Amino acid sequence: MTDVATNTPELAAGVPAKGRSLWATALGRLRRNKAAMASLFILVLYVLAGIFGPMISPHHYATVYPEYVRVPASLEAYPREDEVVPQAESVLARTRLDINAIEVEGTTLRVEASSEREIDTRVTRYLDRSNIFSNARITEKSADGRSVVMEADVERLRFIFGTDGNGRDLLARILISIRISLMIGALATGVALVIGVAWGAAAGFLGGRVDNVMMRVVDILYALPFTFFAILLVVFFGRNVVLMFIAVGAVEWLDMARIVRGQTISLSRREFVQAAEALGVSPGGILRRHIIPNTLGPVIIYMTLLIPKVILLESFLSFLGLGVQEPLTSLGVLISEGARNMRSAPYMLLYPSIALTGLLFTLNFLGDGLRDALDPKDR
Amino acid sequence: MLGYVLRRLLGAIPTLFLIITLSFFLMRVAPGGPFDRERALEAKVLENLNRVFHLDRPLWEQYLYYLGNLAQGDLGPSFIYRDFSVQQLLGSGLPVSIQLGATALLLALLLGALLGTIAALRQNSWIDYGVTAVATFGITVPNFVVAPLLSLVFGVWLSLLPAGGWGNGGPANMLLPVITLALPQVAVIARLIRGSMIEALRSDHVRTARAYGLPARMVVIVHAMRAACLPVVSYLGPAAAALLTGSVVVETIFGLPGIGRYFVQGALNRDYTLVMGTVIIIAVFVVVFNLIVDLLYAALDPRVRYD
Repeated sequence: MTDVATNTPELAAGVPAKGRSLWATALGRLRRNKAAMASLFILVLYVLAGIFGPMISPHHYATVYPEYVRVPASLEAYPREDEVVPQAESVLARTRLDINAIEVEGTTLRVEASSEREIDTRVTRYLDRSNIFSNARITEKSADGRSVVMEADVERLRFIFGTDGNGRDLLARILISIRISLMIGALATGVALVIGVAWGAAAGFLGGRVDNVMMRVVDILYALPFTFFAILLVVFFGRNVVLMFIAVGAVEWLDMARIVRGQTISLSRREFVQAAEALGVSPGGILRRHIIPNTLGPVIIYMTLLIPKVILLESFLSFLGLGVQEPLTSLGVLISEGARNMRSAPYMLLYPSIALTGLLFTLNFLGDGLRDALDPKDR
Repeated sequence: MLGYVLRRLLGAIPTLFLIITLSFFLMRVAPGGPFDRERALEAKVLENLNRVFHLDRPLWEQYLYYLGNLAQGDLGPSFIYRDFSVQQLLGSGLPVSIQLGATALLLALLLGALLGTIAALRQNSWIDYGVTAVATFGITVPNFVVAPLLSLVFGVWLSLLPAGGWGNGGPANMLLPVITLALPQVAVIARLIRGSMIEALRSDHVRTARAYGLPARMVVIVHAMRAACLPVVSYLGPAAAALLTGSVVVETIFGLPGIGRYFVQGALNRDYTLVMGTVIIIAVFVVVFNLIVDLLYAALDPRVRYD
């Protein structure tokens, strides 16, 4: 009730009161819904993570680190502090120098070595050959050339979420799968939106026999077992993710068409539509300008609830091994890999599960919040 | 009543026929065949295999052949599970799936109705919010996350229950799969019951029952519940059919011998007869449960009559 302002000063002053549109009211109501606003915030974080995460992540999602297969999640950098010196020792043993001191300072390895003969400066190459040292150089050399001080950079890698069974950084893989999930959700929902709105609006507006036939088609498609259909699509399109999700969107439009049709039928009897008809606006124009914009409320609600459904479906298909293909990955693939390795590496199951559940949660909460905000019934 | 049931069952035959036809041809249009291997089979071997399974005939002839066999109750031999007919595979898997699904359904109904009713009776209390939160959780978290997590926590870390396996349907083996299957259903049922129960408690017949001085428990369980469970009944039709025909995720993760896996494996390996068999089973379950739902509706709602 507080939404409706009565007796405002403007009204008293004779200034025409500014009507509050459905959208302004809905936005205000959404703002007051804390759960929905928190979800929106988290969703924005997810979207940012999906877009920019793979770019700024220190590891590429497909880079394999053979030395670090299935290392557990930790904040510590690899190789560990106490592993660097033995590594250096084993590498330097091949140089046949007398190693006097090996020190590690931050990311720099410092080696003092001496020999009875003059030391060839190419000796640094032994260090470069190892995977963990790079950019080896000689910083000091004694006058007779028999003792040197070498420095090399130690490459220290962090795997905050650990690595998978092939030694790929799990965080980078989760980030790229969030991108994939969001992309697929948007793509399939977009396709469902376009087909559903067009079909439903046309059926509802044209009415009569056309409506009957169009909705019968929807009913028949409804009866097909959906998993069967999805699997067949995978079979048809091979493992092309984009094509497949255009196809999934083309299946998910059925509910959308029903909702829009119902709305259209009730709208087409309203006065403003009759007025437009009386003014001679073409049917297409009425549909575009008057009917479709007015069905947007329920359509948006349905859309926000369709996105998690599609993301879930994609993860499910990926879980079964029917979704995206290596080296690309998706949350479903990561979860199924995690489930296979859960005894030895439970973090491989936990992190992708949390990522997916969080994403689905925010989308569902946002959808519920939007429904409450846009529902004209409890104004 | 009996006439109505018979009419409905007869009316289902064209639907089933349509689904069978559609699935048959869609399956065959898909590229690949049941005998495609990494290394191609010898031409002669392939030819013989195709002849044995009648795959060398034109498609319409195969279709008529399949329908003919089906009319005699023969679902044909499986292409990938050598030496098994589809009947044998489904016959051994279906009881497992039904046992799991029925237990989960029962659990979901009891728990969902209980939670939903409590939430409705204590509307806007912390119990209500708690139930709503649990329901959101149950609907949101996918079963392929719940199943491995349960298996990890109770099977591996705590070692309380077997992490997988069927073990001839022992209660310990069934517990985790049943919880996984029931969780989303509990959530949906609790939400539906909560909503309709709030409405039912405000309705005239409940007020009348209260005015007669009936005990509060009786009013809720008998008078309000009868109206409140109508939306659940219509939801349960497809849900029960899906539960009883097995879940590929639960069966894969817990290593159970149900029929849920056959469908996916069959489709991936182009095991035409096995896929057709599972599609038919699923379709029959859907038809039967939709009928049961309609009959239950008539029993619960005196305004609905089928004559």
